[in-house]
Parts: sequence; structure tokens; C-alpha cells
Amino acid sequence: MPSYLFWLFSTVMLIGGTAVIAFRNPVSSALSVVTCFVGLAGLFIGLSAFFVGVIQILVYTGAVMVLFLFIIMLLDLKDEERRANSLAPVAAGLGLVIAFVVQLIGILSRSPDKSLPPLDHATLASAAADYLPSGKIAASLNQGKLPDVHLIGHTLFTQYNLPLQILGVLLLVATVGVVVLSKKQAG
Amino acid sequence: MATLNDYLLVSGLLFGIGLAGVVLRRNIIIVFMCLELMLSAANLTLVAFSRFNTAPNGLPDYNGQMLVFFVITVAAAEVAVGLAIIVALYRARQTIHTDELTSLKG
Amino acid sequence: MTLPWILLFLPLAVAVLNQLVLKKTGLAPIISTASAVATFVIALMILGQSGTAAFKWATIGDFSIEIGFKLDQLSTGMMIVVTGVGMLVHIFSLAYMKDDSAKARYFTGLSLFMFSMTGIVLANNFIMTFMFWELVGLSSYLLIGHWYQKDSAADAAKKAFLCNRVGDFGFMIGILMLWGITGHLAFDEMKGGLEAFQAANPAIFSGVLSAAVLCIFCGAIGKSAQLPLHVWLPDAMEGPTPVSALIHAATMVAAGVYMLFRLQFTLGFEHFEGLPASTVIAWTGGITALVAALMATQQDDIKRVLAYSTLSQLGYMVMAVGLVHGEAGMFHLFTHAWFKALLFLGSGAVIYACHHEQDIWKMGGLFKKMPITGFTFLIGFLALIAVPGTSGFFSKEQILEAAHEKEPILFWIAVIVAILTPFYMTRLFVVAFLGKTKSENADHAHEVGPLMFVPLVLLAVLGLVAGYPFIASKYAPAYHSHSFQLGPITYISIAAVIIGLIAGFVLYSGKEKDPLNIPLFRNRFYVDGFYDNFIVRYFQDAFAAIVSFFDELIINGLIVNGLSRAAESTGNQFRKIQSGSLQGYAFVFGIGVVLVIYFTVFHS
Repeated sequence: MPSYLFWLFSTVMLIGGTAVIAFRNPVSSALSVVTCFVGLAGLFIGLSAFFVGVIQILVYTGAVMVLFLFIIMLLDLKDEERRANSLAPVAAGLGLVIAFVVQLIGILSRSPDKSLPPLDHATLASAAADYLPSGKIAASLNQGKLPDVHLIGHTLFTQYNLPLQILGVLLLVATVGVVVLSKKQAG
Repeated sequence: MATLNDYLLVSGLLFGIGLAGVVLRRNIIIVFMCLELMLSAANLTLVAFSRFNTAPNGLPDYNGQMLVFFVITVAAAEVAVGLAIIVALYRARQTIHTDELTSLKG
Repeated sequence: MTLPWILLFLPLAVAVLNQLVLKKTGLAPIISTASAVATFVIALMILGQSGTAAFKWATIGDFSIEIGFKLDQLSTGMMIVVTGVGMLVHIFSLAYMKDDSAKARYFTGLSLFMFSMTGIVLANNFIMTFMFWELVGLSSYLLIGHWYQKDSAADAAKKAFLCNRVGDFGFMIGILMLWGITGHLAFDEMKGGLEAFQAANPAIFSGVLSAAVLCIFCGAIGKSAQLPLHVWLPDAMEGPTPVSALIHAATMVAAGVYMLFRLQFTLGFEHFEGLPASTVIAWTGGITALVAALMATQQDDIKRVLAYSTLSQLGYMVMAVGLVHGEAGMFHLFTHAWFKALLFLGSGAVIYACHHEQDIWKMGGLFKKMPITGFTFLIGFLALIAVPGTSGFFSKEQILEAAHEKEPILFWIAVIVAILTPFYMTRLFVVAFLGKTKSENADHAHEVGPLMFVPLVLLAVLGLVAGYPFIASKYAPAYHSHSFQLGPITYISIAAVIIGLIAGFVLYSGKEKDPLNIPLFRNRFYVDGFYDNFIVRYFQDAFAAIVSFFDELIINGLIVNGLSRAAESTGNQFRKIQSGSLQGYAFVFGIGVVLVIYFTVFHS
């Protein structure tokens, strides 16, 4: 990915994130989160993680944030009143974040940097040997394309099958839990 | 070309923004959104490592992306339950303002 | 060698079972009695065996406390007494306590007592003796206070416990001193340690040993109710009568004598010859015998007369031990156990028949109404006053001889006691069993059932024959074969019995009320009054004031409330952290994360 695109998406993401905590209106905040996640999805795609980028949009921006908006509207939330916020919590929060960022920069400055490994035709074609020659993965790789979704499916259903099943149970439990929680309690 | 540290820096900044939101904001829904930001920041580092530390065959390391996949799925479940709890809380207390939710005060 | 372990722990198991499982079922009396019978059988089986075994109970560094048993003629013979009397008392109790509402508790107490007493007898070291000594005190407390609804019973139990406490404190110091001297606690190893000490420190040996023995004697004073701690035993008669027979006549009160003799036996008799402590022990025993006999002459309660007579006989035994003729004392313990248990159970039968009437002046004429009880009581009476041919005669004879040999003044004291004993026992027998009935309750009396009179008959037989060498040599603890010969002592002894008998008979025959009134004896030499009015009032109250002050200011003010105040104020400081504010928690959590990163990444 060209450098300018990286910075573009990063800027969109960071501005979106900052807007989340800057807006008073929850609906604005939710839309800022959407913006932020779009930028994030761009970064994912720039990292050749197409599938993750797409589900970031579909699941997070599409499903989760819409759910947030529903709840915000359901609860009929007003703008947070401008109250004379004491300076202490703001200072504390900012101080904490600054300390964190300083540490982050410290760590990154002393850790070895790494540039993007190439993902060209030769690399892909040589990786094709690891997969079934007659399969779609090998075919795509030989054509010089990264079959991202196929590779993820392959990994998921070969190495991570049991966690996947358990995840299904977790979603079921969450569904039941939500139903139980949302039911109006008698009395 | 952006390097690994660029990605890590950006993701750390996003995480810091999320953390600041959690500490600063008093609206529990926005706190919850900020938590999602922090989770996504972690996802970004995972994807970056997956791409920069390739598997032996030269392809991205898909084990990292698996974790992202699981995080997103669990986060979706968590959001559903968390929002249900917030709704129940609002029903019980008529507020989602954390300054007024201090029944844990000792 | 598993039998002794069974013998020791069976009663405990039964007590636990009774209390925890069988309380409501009504099986407790039967189980307890069965266990008493079983222990008697085991005691017969291990009779005369010798050996020792132990396991470590607590270890602190190089020092360890053992639980174990030591079998020899002394302990196995003593077990015959304990389990034999125990078994008969259990059987008697089945009938005596038939209508009691707390039978299970009573039999639990009896089983606990059997366990504790077995522990004292079989113990192979002094710490174990001490532990079981305390357990015996506890079970005695529980049984004296069995009818705790009565204030007098509760007070008597408390008194017994406290008096024993005083003695036990000395006992503990004595054990520690002895441990310091010999370096050992197990009986088998003590003698060697003592002799090593003697060789190393010949100058102070006798003084130090005396001090240790006197401290240990304190324990015996408490348990065997010698002067000046004798006051608890007569009051202990508030307990059920079978308990008085078992604990306060035959076994527990004899434990002091047994323990002293065990001490002498362990350390070697030669060390006690001429030891100042021996003299003190002998004189304590002699004076107790005399004083208790004098008190007994003026008591009206049938059980109290017997209690004072027990005191007096225990005085005899202690005197014999003090005169370093412990085998005579043990022999008397052996014979006395049977006939005194007989007398107590007989008095229990009488009390039961007379609807819990205990005043002898309200009885009378019972011999005709209760022939079996009366006859067995007569046998016990004859054995106690040492009529020739009964077991008491042989044992008392040995004690008199020992006294005659060692200390003439004590001999004459013993002779006076030998006159007083028939006197007060004749008084008791004549007033309670002969003459006219003096109250309605006594008028209604009739013979008790077989569960009661069978133990009486068995005890009566033993009371008659236990003194003869063919029985005593086999069963008595530490029996010393002794050629019986007629001599001046025999004549003096027989003369004493006759004088006492005739005096008692002449004075009390056909009397409606006591012709003698000696307030000094009736009021027990005012010892109880002295304790109540002087020690309790001044010492206890003054002490209570000091303790109360200490308690209020130091314990309550400084320690208890101070600690709670400190905890509370610390807690209040920490409460502020517990703000209930979500963001506060998140902030602290974030600081924690930053610090963890700092310490793991940068600070190294």
C-alpha cells in the first residue's frame, strides 16, 4: 500500500476516534465510531487482510454500531448537559494517556523496525506447493492472487475447528442471555 | 512504505484514545464504544503482525487473523449482552450516567 | 498388642457415637454398658501382661509427646478395678437412671470417664497422665452437674472443677520439674535420668526431688481430695449416686494414690525413704483420715457420711504411700474400691427406694423392707470397718503395720480413725436400717429390682473375698505378698473395731434424733465456711476487681476496642478508594497497566 494511503486511513481513523470522545451527542459519537472503523478497515485491506477488513465493515459498522444507534434511540438519550466538569478527571485521564503514549513511543523506538515483506507473484507461486494442487487455493496462488478468504477458511476449518464450535455455543448463550435480560421482570 | 512500527504506533494511539474515552466520558454507552475502539486497536496490531511476520511459505500468518476473527465474534456477542445490560440498567435506575451509578461506593 | 488400644479407645468411640448418633434413639445406655462389659473382658485378658507401646502424638523439634500404654502388674490390676466397678455401675445405672430424661448424656459421660480413667491407668508417660487427668476432671464435672437444673449440682460441679484446677496447677509444675530433673517423660526412662541427676548433683538432689514430688502431690491432693482441697468431694455427692460410686469412691479419687504410687514405683522406692516430701505426704494423709472421720460422725445425709468415709480411707492410702509402703495403700485401694462402690450403690438403692430421701434420720427399718440391699450393705459396712475376715481387714492391717513400723504418732492417729470408722458407720447403719421407720417415704420402700441388686451382690462377694491372697495376688495392683500373723497390731485393730461398734450401737440404737451435737464436726471444721467467707469474699472479690480493671482498661479498652478502632480507621481510609466511580476504577487500572509496563520493559 502506498504510504499516502496508509497516512490517509490512519488520519481518518484517529480523527474518528478522537471525535468519539469529543462529541457530546451520543449519535454523533456513534457515527464517529463508524468513521473510525472505516479507516481501520482501510488499514486492514492495506495489510492484505481483505476478509478481516470486510467483516470489520460488515460486523462492526454494519451490525454492532447499528445496534448501538438503536439503543441510543430506544433510551432517548439527550445530549450530555454541559456541566462544570471538574478539571481533575480530565487531567487524570489525559495524564494517563500521555504516560501510555510516551511508553509506547519508548518501546517502539528501541524495538527493531521491519518493512513490509514482499507478496509478489514468485512468493505466492512458491507457497502454492503447500496446498492441494487441484484446489482453488493453489490455482489462485499460481495466478499470483492472494485467496485470502479461502486461506482463512482453510485455517479455520482445519486448525481452529473446535474453537469455532465453542464460539457457536457462546453466541447461542449470548442470545439467550440477551433475551433473559431484556424480558421485563415481573413485579 | 509504512513500516511495522508505523502500524503499531497508530494502533497504540487508537488504544490511547479509547482509554482516554473510558476514563473521561460519563455516558456509559460512549464508554462502551470506547471499549470497542480499544478492542479494534488490538485487532490492528494482530493483523499488522500477521502481515509483517509471514509464515514459512511467505504468506501472511493466518493464525493472527484467526484471533482477530474470534475477537470480532466475541465482541459482537459482548456488545449484545452489554447493551442488554445497559437497557436493563436504564429501566431500573433511569440513568446511564456513571456519576449517578455509585452503589458500589463503600 | 492391639487389645490395650481397644481397651483405651473403645469407650471414647462409644461416647462419640452416643453423643452424635444415638442421642435420640435410646440405645445409648445399652451401647455404653456393652462397651463397659467389653472393656472388663479385655482387662481380664491382658491381666498380668507386661509391655509398652506408643505413638508420637505431637513433635516439636527433638521433643515429642507420646500417647502410649505401659502394661505391668500395677496398671493391669488397676484396670480390673476400674473396668470391674465401671461395669457394675453401668449395669446399676441402667435401672437407677431409668426415668431420667437425659440418659444419653449421662451414659456418654460415663463412657468418657471410662476412657479418661483408662488413659490415666495405662499411660506410659507423665504428659499423657496429665492429659487424661484433666479429662477425668472434665467427665467428673459433667457427671456431677448432670442435674444442672439444680443450683446445688451446678455449684458442686464448679467447685469440684475449681478445686481440681488448683491441684492440677501444682501437678503440671511438678511434671515439668521432674522432666527438668530426669530429662524424660516416659516412665520407663525416668529412673535412669534421676540417677544420673543424683550422681551429678548429690548436694541438692533430695531438696529438688522433694519439691518436684510435692508439686506432683498437689495434683493428688486435688484429685484424691486430701486436706485442704477436700471440700469438693462431699459436695460432689450432688451427682447421681452411681457416679458417686464409680468416680467419687472407687476410681477417680483413687487416681491420685495410683499416680503417686506410680511415681514411687518409677523412680525407685529407695529415693523416697526419708525424703521430706514423703513425710509431708504421710502426714497429709493421716490428718485427712482423722479429720474426715471426725466430720463423718455428725453428717445426716447418707451419701455425705459415705463421702467423708471415702476421704478418710483415701487419707489412709495416701499415708501409706507417704510412708513408702505404697503397696499397702494400693492394696487398700483395691479392696476399698469394691466395698465402697458397694456401699454407694447400696445407698443409691436406698435413696431410689425412698423416693430420693437422703436424710438417715428419715429412714429407719429398711433392713426388713429391703433384705437384699440391707444385707449387702451390711457386708460393705463390715468390710469398711475392717472386721476380721473381710477384705478391708487385710488391707487396713497392712497400712497399720506400715505406720507402726515407720511413724508411731501416725500409727496412733490411724488407730483413732479405726475407732471412729466403726462408730460412724454403726450410726449410719443403725439409724437407717434398724429401728422404726421414721418417715412416709421410708415406709413405702421396697426391694429394688434385679438390675440393681445383682451388682450389689457381686460387689458384696468381692468385698468379702478380695482381700484373701488367692484373689489379691492375682488381681490386685502391686500386691505384695505378706504373711499375715497375729500380733499386737491385730489386737489393737480388733479392739478398735469393737470399741467403735459398741459405742455407736449404744449411743444410736432406737434413737429418733442425734443425741450428740458437735457443731465443730457438723460444720466440717468450718473449712467450707472459711473458704466461702474469707477466700471467696476477700481474695476472689479483690481479685475480681483487679481482673475487672485489667479487663476493662487493658483488654477491652486498649486491645479489643483499640484493635477494632485501628481496623476501623484503616478501613475508613481505604473506603475512600472504594469510590463507586467507574472511571475512578478504570483510571487506577490504567495506572496499574502503565506501572506494569514500566517495571517490565524500562526498569531492568
